[in-house]
Amino acid sequence: MKTILKGGRVIDPAHGRDGDFDVLIEDGTIARIGKNLPVDGADVFEVKRGWIVTPGLVDIHVHLREPGQEHKETVATGAAAAVAGGFTAVACMPNTDPVNDHAGITEFILKKAAEAQRARVYPIGAVSIGSMGEQLAELGEQKTAGCVAFTDDGRPVATALLMRRALEYAGMLGVPIINHCEDPSLKGDGVAHEGYVAAKLGLRGIPGEAESIMVERDITLAELSGAHVHIAHMSARQSLRAVRAGKERGVRVTCEVAPHHFTLTDDLLDGPVKYDTNLKMNPPLRASADRDAMLEGIADGSVDVIATDHAPHHIDEKMVEFDLAPFGIVGLETAVPIVFDRLVHAGRISLTRMVELLSLNPARLLNVPGGTLGEGAPADITILWPDMASTIEAATLVSKSKNTPFDRWHFTGGVVATIVGGRVVYRNAAAV
Amino acid sequence: MPQVMDADRMSRALTRMAHEILERNRGLDEIALVGIRTRGVPLARRIAKALREINGDDVPTGALDITLYRDDLMRHPVGPQPVVRRTEIPFSIDDRKILLVDDVLYTGRTIRAALDALIDFGRPRAIQLIVLVDRGHRELPIKPDYVGKNLPTSLKQSVQVRLQEIDGADEVVIEGEA
Amino acid sequence: MTTSAETPSAAVALRSRHLLGIAGLEADEIRLILDTAEAMKEIGARAIKKVPTLRGRTVVNLFFEPSTRTRMSFEIAEKRLSADTLSIATATSSVTKGESLLDTVHNLEAMSPDMIVMRHGSSGAPHLLARTCTSAIINAGDGMHEHPTQALLDAFTIREHKGRLAGLKVAIIGDLAHSRVLRSNVLLLNTMGADVWACAPATLMPSHIERFGVHSTTSVDEAVDGADVVMMLRIQHERMHGHYIPSVREYFTLFGLTPERLRRAASDAIVMHPGPMNRGVEIDSAVADGPYSVILEQVSNGVAVRMAVLYLLSGRDATDVIDEH
Repeated sequence: MKTILKGGRVIDPAHGRDGDFDVLIEDGTIARIGKNLPVDGADVFEVKRGWIVTPGLVDIHVHLREPGQEHKETVATGAAAAVAGGFTAVACMPNTDPVNDHAGITEFILKKAAEAQRARVYPIGAVSIGSMGEQLAELGEQKTAGCVAFTDDGRPVATALLMRRALEYAGMLGVPIINHCEDPSLKGDGVAHEGYVAAKLGLRGIPGEAESIMVERDITLAELSGAHVHIAHMSARQSLRAVRAGKERGVRVTCEVAPHHFTLTDDLLDGPVKYDTNLKMNPPLRASADRDAMLEGIADGSVDVIATDHAPHHIDEKMVEFDLAPFGIVGLETAVPIVFDRLVHAGRISLTRMVELLSLNPARLLNVPGGTLGEGAPADITILWPDMASTIEAATLVSKSKNTPFDRWHFTGGVVATIVGGRVVYRNAAAV
Repeated sequence: MPQVMDADRMSRALTRMAHEILERNRGLDEIALVGIRTRGVPLARRIAKALREINGDDVPTGALDITLYRDDLMRHPVGPQPVVRRTEIPFSIDDRKILLVDDVLYTGRTIRAALDALIDFGRPRAIQLIVLVDRGHRELPIKPDYVGKNLPTSLKQSVQVRLQEIDGADEVVIEGEA
Repeated sequence: MTTSAETPSAAVALRSRHLLGIAGLEADEIRLILDTAEAMKEIGARAIKKVPTLRGRTVVNLFFEPSTRTRMSFEIAEKRLSADTLSIATATSSVTKGESLLDTVHNLEAMSPDMIVMRHGSSGAPHLLARTCTSAIINAGDGMHEHPTQALLDAFTIREHKGRLAGLKVAIIGDLAHSRVLRSNVLLLNTMGADVWACAPATLMPSHIERFGVHSTTSVDEAVDGADVVMMLRIQHERMHGHYIPSVREYFTLFGLTPERLRRAASDAIVMHPGPMNRGVEIDSAVADGPYSVILEQVSNGVAVRMAVLYLLSGRDATDVIDEH
C-alpha cells in the first residue's frame, strides 16, 4: 500500500529538515522523502499550502483509566482522542484500578490498544506494588511485557530509599523513573495553589515548594545513582530552578510541562466561574510568576517535553464542591491549539522547537520509535495547520470525558490529519 | 403643575381638623396620633401641636411604617423592595383611641395595611382616620373621619403633597391630565 | 444611634439575587442592609414579633455543618417575617446515604422553596448552587471562605455603638487562616473605610495577608492598642494537630484577651466574638462577661440583620438575574 504526501512543508528536527518535501509511505513505513517524488500509483494526500508535516506527536503523560474506571475513558476512546489531538503515540499511566503493577495488566492494555487501531500506546508501569510505596514491583517483567518507564504517578515515590533503589534498578533496565514530585506532608489536604487567590477563596493551599522539595530530592538521587529521572507535570518555578541546576551539573534529569501550566494561573479560580472544578488539578494552577517561568523554560530549552497529563473525569464526579472534586482535566485534544497559539504564534518558540517538544524529545526520552521522519522509520506522521481557527467545544471532544477549562476558547492552530503506521486514523473534516 | 392647596390653606385645614377632633371626641383623654410614614408623620406632629395650642394637653404621637404589611410587596415581577423604616410607637395602644394620619387617601390599601399593623401592636378601643387629601377611587371599604380637602381626580392624575419638613415647602399639587 | 432620616427614598435593591458573600457587595448595598435591619430590630421588641411580609414563602435552611446559633437565628428571622421555614440537619438526611449536594438541592427544589439558606463545609459550595439551581441562595457560611450575615451583624453592632464604621480601628484576633468570619469582616470593614488589624500566631495567619488590605501583626498588644473594636475569633482545639499551636494554654498566654490586655484599647472599646466562645482559650471570662462585651447583642442583632437580608432578597423573580455571582 502506497501513499504519498504531496506538497507539504516538512519539519523534522532529527534530520535537520525544514522545507518543502514529498513523503512516500509504503506498507506502514516511510519509504522516501524528497522533492517532487513521482506518484507512481500511490494514493495522493494533498498537503495544502500553509500546512506542515511533522513526525507523529507523542504524549508521554496520559491517563487512559482502563482497567477499572471505564466510565471516564477507555484505552479505545483515549487512543481515539489522542489521534484527534494529533498524537500518534501516548504513554499511559499506571494508576488504573487495579494499578498496573504486573505484566498481565500491561498485556491487557496493549491488547486493547491493538484492537482500537488508533494511537500507539506505551504503558508506564508502577514503581511499587499498588503504588503503595512499600515494595518494588516486578520492573523487569513489566519491561519485557512492554512498559517503557515506571512511576507511582498519582502519588510520589514514597521514600528516598525506594526512589534510590528504583532508579538503580530501572537504570539497570535502561528505562527512566518518572516522578509525580510532591511532599505529602506539605501538600496536606490542599486543593489549590497556596497563593493569594486560595487564601481569599478559603481553599487549602499547596505551596510550590511541596513540588520543588521532592524535585531536589530526586535530582540528588539521580545524581547518586547515575540513572535518569523524569519530572512529571512540572509547575513551580522553584522546581525549574532545581532542574536547571541539576542539568548544569550533568545529572540525567528531564522534565515536562503541561499546557495548562504555561497558559493558566490561579486567578481564574476567582474569575467568572468561581470555584470551577475544571480548574482543579494536581499540581494546581499556580501564580503568574510560575506560569511565566514555565514559558521561559520552554523557550530556553530547560524544559524537555510538553505532555498533557490528560486526566479524564466523569461529569458527575466534577459537578461537586471544589474540595470533593477529583484532580485533573483532559488535554489530548487541546494541546496542539494551545501550543500553536500561546507558544508559536506568541513568538516564544519556533515550529522546529515545537516538534522537538511534542515529538522528538518525548520519543527519545522513552526510547520508543517515532519522533523522526527518516527513511525506514514507521510512518507515524501528523499534519498540522498553524493558522487554523480552532474553537474548543467540550461537548464534541472525542474523549469520553469533557472536563476541560478551555470550553469555547478560541485558538489559532490545529490538527489536519494523523497518520499511524501509514494509515490515516484521523482527518479533521473542518480542515479543507 | 396646578397647585390645589398652598401653605396657608394647608395650615388652616389642619387647624380646622384639630378642632373637629376635639369636638367629636369630647376631649383628648386616651387619644393618640399615629402618622403613617412618610408624610403622615410630620402631619401627625403638626396636628398634635395644634391640639396642644387649642387644648393645652400633649397627645402622644407615633410613627408607623406599613411597608412590611403591604399587599403588593411580592407581586413585582422585577424589582427592588420598598425601603423599610423603623416603626416608633413609644406608648401602649391598648384601650386608646388611635387617630391614624396620612397625607393622601386613594385606594385605601395603605390604611388596610396600617390597620393590620396596629392590631399586631395591641387592641385599641377605636381607630379614626385623618387625611389631608381624599382623592377618591377607593378599592376597599375605607372611609376617612377627618378630611383636609376632597379632591376629585382621574386615574391618570397623581397627587403630590409636599411638606416643609421633608420637601422644603408646604403645598399640594396635581400632575397629569384630567 | 443612627436613625434613618425622614426623607423618603425610592426603593433600592441588592444587585444580586443571592447573598453568596460580602465580595461583590458595594458600600450602598451594605448600608441598605444595615438600615433595613434597624427597622427589623424594632419588630423584635414588640409583643407580637411578627409581620406578614413573607407569608406564603418557603425558606429552607440546609445546614451541612452543625450550628445552633446561626440556624436558630435564621429560623427566628424567617418566622418573624411569617415565612414557612424548614430546617434540614444533614446528619439525618439522604446525604448520609451518599447523595450528592446537587442531587439533594435539586430534589428540594422540586418542592419549590423560595430561598435556600445553606451552611456547608466546603468553600464555594453556595457558588456551585447559584450556578446550577433556581432558588435564591443565602450563604450561612461556606468552609473557610465567607459568612456574610455574620459580618453584617458585626457591622450593625459596631455601628449601633460607634455611629459609624469609617476610620475605626478594628482588631481581629484568633485563628485567622481558617476563618470565614475574618474574610467576610475584612471585606466589609475595608469597603466601609475601617482600619483593620489582623493578629494571629504566624502559623495561623492567612498566607499573603499583606494583600488583604489590613495591618497584620503577631503581637496582641500592638493589635489592641487604641482599638475601638476588639473582635476575638475562636481557636479550635484541633489546631494542636497539624502543628499550628503547641497547646491552648500557650495560646491563651500569648494571645488571649485578658482584662489587662484590654486596657490598652480605647476607653470606650467594644469586645466582640461570633461565638461559640472557648473561655480561657481566646478570651478570659472576665472580658466575655464584662462591661465592654457586646457579644450577646451580636446574637440578637443577628436576627434583625437576617430578617433584613431575607426581606431584601425576596420578591425577586427567578428570571430576574442581574448578577449571578
